[in-house]
Amino acid sequence: MEKIQIIAIIVSLLFLIYISKLILKRKLREEYAIIWILSTCILILFSLWRNGLQVFADLLGVIEAPNLVFTGAIFAILIYLLHLSVTVSKLQRQNKTLAQKLAIKEVKEETKKEE
Amino acid sequence: MEKVAIIIPAYNEENAIKKLISSIHQLSFSDKYSIHPIVINDCSTDNTLKIALGESCTVLNLPINLGIGSAVQCGYKYAYANNFQLAVRIDGDGQHPPKEIEKLLNAFQKGNVDILIGSRFLDSTGFQSSIIRRLGIKYFQLLIKLFSGITITDCTSGFRLLNRKAMQLSTEYYPDEYPEPESIILFSNKDLSLGEVSVNMIERQGGVSSINSFGSIYYIFKVSLAIFFTFIRLNFQKN
Repeated sequence: MEKIQIIAIIVSLLFLIYISKLILKRKLREEYAIIWILSTCILILFSLWRNGLQVFADLLGVIEAPNLVFTGAIFAILIYLLHLSVTVSKLQRQNKTLAQKLAIKEVKEETKKEE
Repeated sequence: MEKVAIIIPAYNEENAIKKLISSIHQLSFSDKYSIHPIVINDCSTDNTLKIALGESCTVLNLPINLGIGSAVQCGYKYAYANNFQLAVRIDGDGQHPPKEIEKLLNAFQKGNVDILIGSRFLDSTGFQSSIIRRLGIKYFQLLIKLFSGITITDCTSGFRLLNRKAMQLSTEYYPDEYPEPESIILFSNKDLSLGEVSVNMIERQGGVSSINSFGSIYYIFKVSLAIFFTFIRLNFQKN
């Protein structure tokens, strides 16, 4: 096993432990953790199976195998960022609805007291 | 007389909710129990809220869509704060016939448990669900056995009776997505006792299931992860 493989595996495992800690402290919800656990597993797989990258690159007709990593990773990151943007937008909308409802309710309660 | 809250989470259940509430009111327990339906409207986009407000029941109207688990938890919080002795959770889509509530209450009288789950599979009567779903349920049954040592034949059943102890625990934390299997781990690892009683269920009367075929793989993955981490959290992080 090459040095870089061992380093990659150790880093991936540390990352996995860190994710687990975040879930245990309820700082990270399981639904978001799934993607992080999956990507760590993929990292570990390719650290163990060095030729794997070349196999997939040949399969897809990519001449330079590292380019497959960049294309794949950037694409996955973009999709995930989009998903997070959608989630934040939803939270912002819900937050607004809640604040408006609360404000209207307070006025209603005050007018009730005055009567 | 014991106050019993019937907790009904409802999201777009305009076709089923009216019939459900009126059949709950038809139940009679003379002076043993007083039954109070509590509908939690999870920001439905149809006429669920309007119909529920027209019936004789308490309506908790969530201003934003929180998902089934948080809707149910809101019901438990209300029931706990308003001194209900028992809470029975039933689905808003008519899958759990109200006359089966009697079976839960009668069994609760006899058994010394904190949570009683209505099971379709204990005697295999009534609607049995599809083969794929039953397989999924078997898998969760194994997982729960592994992490809590108890056997629950219908761990995805939302038809449950909780006493005040279980209600109090649910107000502290309740999973907000697909809560049923995960909450079993939560209850059993907090030393609450669980039991099952055979009930009949029927196919849903309206609305769509929150679990479709596309989501089922995600469902299995997410719930497995949640069960695992809930177990670790409760057993190795006792402060």
